[in-house]
Amino acid sequence: MANSFIAEHSLEYPGGYQRSVGPVLGRFMTALREGKILAVKGVDGRKIVPPQEYDPVTSDAIGSKAEDFVEVGPAGRVVSWSWVNEPRIGKHPLSVPFAFALIRLDGADTTMLHAVDCGTPEGIATGTRVAPRWRTDRVGKITDIECFTVMADGEQPVLAPARTNLPGDDTEEGDVTGMNSQFRLDYRVPAGASTRRYLNGLGEGKIIGGRAPSSTEVYAASRGTDPKTGEPTSIEVEIADTGCVTTFCIVNIPGLSELAPEIPYVSAQILLDGADNMMFGLIRGCAVEDVHMGMRVKAKWADELAPSHNSILYYEPTGEPDAPYEHYKDNL
Amino acid sequence: MGKELAAVIGVGQTAHRSSRKDVSMAGLVREAALEALVDANMTWKDIDAVVIGKAPDMFEGIAMPELYLADALGAVGKPMMRVHTAGSVGGSTAIVATKLVTSGVHKRVLTVSYEKQSESNATWGLSVPMPFSAPLVAGAGGFFAPLIRSYMHRSGAPRHIGHLVAVKDRLAALRNPKAHLHIPDIDLKMVEESFMLWDPIRYLDTCPSSDGAMALVIGAEDVADRSDSPKAWIHAMAMRSEPTMFAKRDQVNPLAGRACAKELYGQAGITDPRKDFDCAEVYVPFSWFEPMWLENLGFCAEGEGWKLTEAGATAPSGDIPWNPSGGVLSSNPIGASGMVRFGEVAQQVRGRAGDFQVELKTGRALGHAYGGGSQFFSMWVVGNRKPGA
Repeated sequence: MANSFIAEHSLEYPGGYQRSVGPVLGRFMTALREGKILAVKGVDGRKIVPPQEYDPVTSDAIGSKAEDFVEVGPAGRVVSWSWVNEPRIGKHPLSVPFAFALIRLDGADTTMLHAVDCGTPEGIATGTRVAPRWRTDRVGKITDIECFTVMADGEQPVLAPARTNLPGDDTEEGDVTGMNSQFRLDYRVPAGASTRRYLNGLGEGKIIGGRAPSSTEVYAASRGTDPKTGEPTSIEVEIADTGCVTTFCIVNIPGLSELAPEIPYVSAQILLDGADNMMFGLIRGCAVEDVHMGMRVKAKWADELAPSHNSILYYEPTGEPDAPYEHYKDNL
Repeated sequence: MGKELAAVIGVGQTAHRSSRKDVSMAGLVREAALEALVDANMTWKDIDAVVIGKAPDMFEGIAMPELYLADALGAVGKPMMRVHTAGSVGGSTAIVATKLVTSGVHKRVLTVSYEKQSESNATWGLSVPMPFSAPLVAGAGGFFAPLIRSYMHRSGAPRHIGHLVAVKDRLAALRNPKAHLHIPDIDLKMVEESFMLWDPIRYLDTCPSSDGAMALVIGAEDVADRSDSPKAWIHAMAMRSEPTMFAKRDQVNPLAGRACAKELYGQAGITDPRKDFDCAEVYVPFSWFEPMWLENLGFCAEGEGWKLTEAGATAPSGDIPWNPSGGVLSSNPIGASGMVRFGEVAQQVRGRAGDFQVELKTGRALGHAYGGGSQFFSMWVVGNRKPGA
């Protein structure tokens, strides 16, 4: 069962970032799609792979012409390596134990990082000859090389196999100019003391806040400290689930959040009775045109309460007379 | 300020566009940086240190971009750092770079800020949910629209004031070839008929989402004195911040903004900003923030900002032009936008603002940036003469 006090929090741009790579890396990536590895010549003639747009010593722009690129490898020697004994499926390039290695490709003056599939750590050493294992469905990314493999003495590297994902006859396949970059960061975030206090309250249908001993100001929800003084809000205070709308907007854009109701809807700042800070909430239960500053509202609780902000679905009008402007004017 | 004087002696800026698919992120910042170096008659070798800034990493999904961009910005073997203060970052980055000079640490500092927003989606990047917190469910505009409603209520401003700003800044942008939005037939009717996104904010009341970069070369006094390039002397700098939410927070006219302006004007001896400046470039991402910031920055009494806007005082032909470049409403590469404000006023006092050059009377101008939930502020004053001269 999920722990209400540890959030599984992920950062991920849906669909991945659409990255433009510029002409220098674009040429390298287009060549990968063709099963070739290109280096760019630096100002001093060094062959740099993967290519860089700017010389790593002088910062001059490099790789502006076709003749600035040379094919290197495909075989090379391991310069250094580390062993990954427990690969993370879907995150690491291989699903079996492997080495991350710095490989100096034949003809290159720099090393390139890639995975080496060699079974055990005994299968790799500084100086080991390796060659790429190419994918057949190449798209113009560094992962078009699935990994490198160890070569036997005297073995010659094999050419990249023909692509299986060639475009149709009618399709013009241009150079690679961009890439989709997908990644995801998964966090497990534990709730602190004040957040636990607040979440536990929500599970019981209560809004809990706190105040610092030196202040009379009450902060609803999971404020662990008084933002004016930094003092812990160590004194627990129960706050009403009623209050007034101070200000708001009417949202006419669909799909801003999975939690968004159908448009149009009202997103408001709410000053709860007994609290001194503003809360965000949706106002429902009346026409959007009828929402106004000072309108009295009450939290609409979910049928099943849980220690989560989802316990409050939205706020709805109570029908009471409006709060006087004096009551909330200093919170606008 | 520090013990040394400093001046902007080079300015570079990309054109701002919805998408720069032709370049990498490094290629984008490089364009601005190279233009600034050329403007300063310098090469990479002349630069002592590099300071870069950009807004949240989630926009492009590159953590620690300063590492990736070191060679593109000639920073190999030199001090390099990155500054991060949300939307105000372009301004605070310029200030950090300048302080490396005014403190006497370095003589020539290159500072660059950028955003390549086409790589993701700005609305998504600005509203990533936080654990245990109820999400806003309204997007970035949904945070600011209620503040605008509060302003309208408090000041009694009529509903068309924001639209006037939306038209004014887009007309100004027509003179700025680097601006992202060029809408030749913009008028009040077009703004009024544009889609209502977050009532009271209409589509044309909002800024675009841009790819772009801005760069400045900051030189110490002796470097600037020897330079043939025109100078924008830095007369004052200030930064202030405050929490997003606290009891009785004035969200319309934030304390941090007022305190920042007070500190800034004190340093520069500004007593009447409307008269003492020839123009201002102020971070106005939603049209209504012009009258709100007019008040916050002391250009008029509280509640009077909209009257200046309505009277045309802030138009290029007015007595105190605001955003003659077209402003954030016409170009918004978020991480760069603050530095664009700082750089555009530098160009004005250098006499380099081209078709949107204002008349120089006092020779001084205000650059401003803000970010987060109206909670980070950075500002500077530049002039065409040395401070006190």
